[in-house]
Amino acid sequence: MNFDNISRRHLLLGTAALGLGATLPLGSARAATTTIGFIYVGSRDDYGYNQAHAAGAAALKKMAGIKVVEEEKVPETDAVEKTMESMINLDGATLLFPTSFGYYNPHMLKMAVKFPKLRFEHCGGLWSEKDPKNAGSYFGYIDESQYVAGVIAGHMSKSGKLGFVAAKPIPQVLRNINAWTLGAKLANPNITTQVIFTGDWSMPVKEAEATNSLIDQGVDVITCHVDGPKTVVENAARRGAMVTGYHVNQAVLAPKAYLTGAEWNWEVLYPRFAKMFTSGETIPNFYRGGLKEEIVKVSPYGAMVPEAARKQADDVKAKLTAGNYVIFKGPIADNKGKVVIAANVSRGQTDPELEKMDYLVEGVVGATS
Amino acid sequence: MKADVGKPLAAFGVGELLRLPPFGQKFGGAAEYVVIPALALFGSMVLFGIFVALFGKSPLDLYFYMYQGAFGTWFSCQNTLTRAAPLILTALCTALPAQLGMVIIGGEGALLIGALAATGAALVLPWAPPLAVDVAMAIAGMAGGGLWIMLSGALRHYRGVNETISSLLLVYIALAILNFLVEGPMRDPTSLNKPSTREIGAANMIGSIPGTDVHWGFVFGIIAAVLSYILIYHTVFGFAARVAGGNIRAAKVVGLSVGKLILIICFLAGAAAGLAGMFEVAAVQGRANANLAAGYGFAGILVAFLARQNPLAVIPVAILLGGINASGGLLQRRLDLPDASVLVLQGMIFVMVLASDTLYGRWSIFKGKAS
Repeated sequence: MNFDNISRRHLLLGTAALGLGATLPLGSARAATTTIGFIYVGSRDDYGYNQAHAAGAAALKKMAGIKVVEEEKVPETDAVEKTMESMINLDGATLLFPTSFGYYNPHMLKMAVKFPKLRFEHCGGLWSEKDPKNAGSYFGYIDESQYVAGVIAGHMSKSGKLGFVAAKPIPQVLRNINAWTLGAKLANPNITTQVIFTGDWSMPVKEAEATNSLIDQGVDVITCHVDGPKTVVENAARRGAMVTGYHVNQAVLAPKAYLTGAEWNWEVLYPRFAKMFTSGETIPNFYRGGLKEEIVKVSPYGAMVPEAARKQADDVKAKLTAGNYVIFKGPIADNKGKVVIAANVSRGQTDPELEKMDYLVEGVVGATS
Repeated sequence: MKADVGKPLAAFGVGELLRLPPFGQKFGGAAEYVVIPALALFGSMVLFGIFVALFGKSPLDLYFYMYQGAFGTWFSCQNTLTRAAPLILTALCTALPAQLGMVIIGGEGALLIGALAATGAALVLPWAPPLAVDVAMAIAGMAGGGLWIMLSGALRHYRGVNETISSLLLVYIALAILNFLVEGPMRDPTSLNKPSTREIGAANMIGSIPGTDVHWGFVFGIIAAVLSYILIYHTVFGFAARVAGGNIRAAKVVGLSVGKLILIICFLAGAAAGLAGMFEVAAVQGRANANLAAGYGFAGILVAFLARQNPLAVIPVAILLGGINASGGLLQRRLDLPDASVLVLQGMIFVMVLASDTLYGRWSIFKGKAS
């Protein structure tokens, strides 16, 4: 107990006097600061998807004139609508980042219609022309980082067998699996990737089982696309396998096994958005980019990665960063032998066909259904 | 609480049978049933205050923000009621079978199956007027959820399978069915990265209660709770159920059809949770997908136990829990408490209310009022 509480006690009494239903402007001077709300579907320190966004929010906290309010573990139900409204009504938030994919439709769209003067930014790249103009969606081409990480994985694998623990066979996940495998093939054309789908975004027990089963099959480099890669990374390291990370840098979890990883770079994007917002500039409704736009990045290579691997990966990364390199360049066949991208076709990052990806490329062992 | 089955039947008067299920004495101990839970609640708030103080936060701030976030403004009240809406219905899924002495904890499964059935009904009736679609959705949702829990009841009655375990395991089966249908046969091909069914259509969406943004599921939850209360405490059927809940052998000896009671009560219980699923689709999500598995079914178990399985008490308890959940966000934002702190409070309330069970009938101030 300290003396600060006395004012709170007075405030309590004051509220009681005002009675029920009194709308208090909850102690925030709105004029000078912009309040930005962040909503996460999981825990902020999950070493994964949510932590990546929280790192972006942390970058905003350092900016002058910006106040960040955060809420974690908000389910993709009307609870998130209420959280947004609460941030608006009680905290005075004017820019909101509901970061989970499932927050968009119908929840964020509903709020964007209800509060037309406020700005809503969603992670996932779902915005289309029919959606409200004060709503936006951004996403990163993280398959570029996966491709670079794949090059390292291909160099490091001694068994020629890679493993991928994935949540669901949806386009974004398949694209990562394929890019990682194609990257690895640059280093070792005969390499294979065994993929295991766990069925959902956060299934630690299944993720651990999948990791163990991959290692039992002779896999020696593992990566994943689940919300929290912690389980996979720690388990793989414990079993003596190497890993490439996802979402954020997991090197602290397994310093001896962590080769590199595909990371989001929200700490660059969010301050960019905040500056646009506070200066009155409109944030584009549809915002995407990869290494070139600094929306994604590659973790620093681990000490065990030899020079030749670093050189090839850096080379690929430089080309991707320059923006003149295409990952999905024909001819590419799927793992059933069917040609999915013809010899003369080059599918660049913005190609809408890549958004519908429903195949695993040659060299991936596994099935999408 | 079950009576010793070994005792001769003659030992039981009707009065004794009535006292066995909670809330048996409707009028006599009414005050006791309000005061003791209120004390338990008060005690858990004090404990939670101490817990928060240990983390260096001011308990007064805590109580202020909890009040502010749950009931302090008109917005907060609506937030609370919105969160309470599904909990009333899912709590009935545990509270109704409890009258028979059954512990059903699979409301989540009934909710998912109900939601799926309701979505299916809407999608096969694209030409029907919205009211007809909504009625069909409600019937399908209740039938789906009802049959799901009835399965647990049937397994218990015919095969002697423990209903607690079977209903819990059925949740995972329901979840697998949901994922299978949503990612397979029922998938909208345009839902690329978020596998979902097609939308039921904006016209078929159930709106909010006028003047609020609380959806109609809240009103139907209250109706269902009141009807359940009348059924259990004011009908012969309900009386029979409570007799069976008190002592199954005694019920059989007096000629009650226990199997029928189990199946019907389980169906009604599942129907309540199925209706919650229907409202999640028709009033919130607009389609079926993995978002439906938000844990309302599990939260309902907590509500039912805190309400001591009384269908009427489910309403205020659901609102209380809705309020705690609604204020949880504000605690995170203002006091920088982790999300799990709200779970700690819920756990404390749960333990306190269960522990306070021993106080009933011990305090003389309540005894004078008993008839």
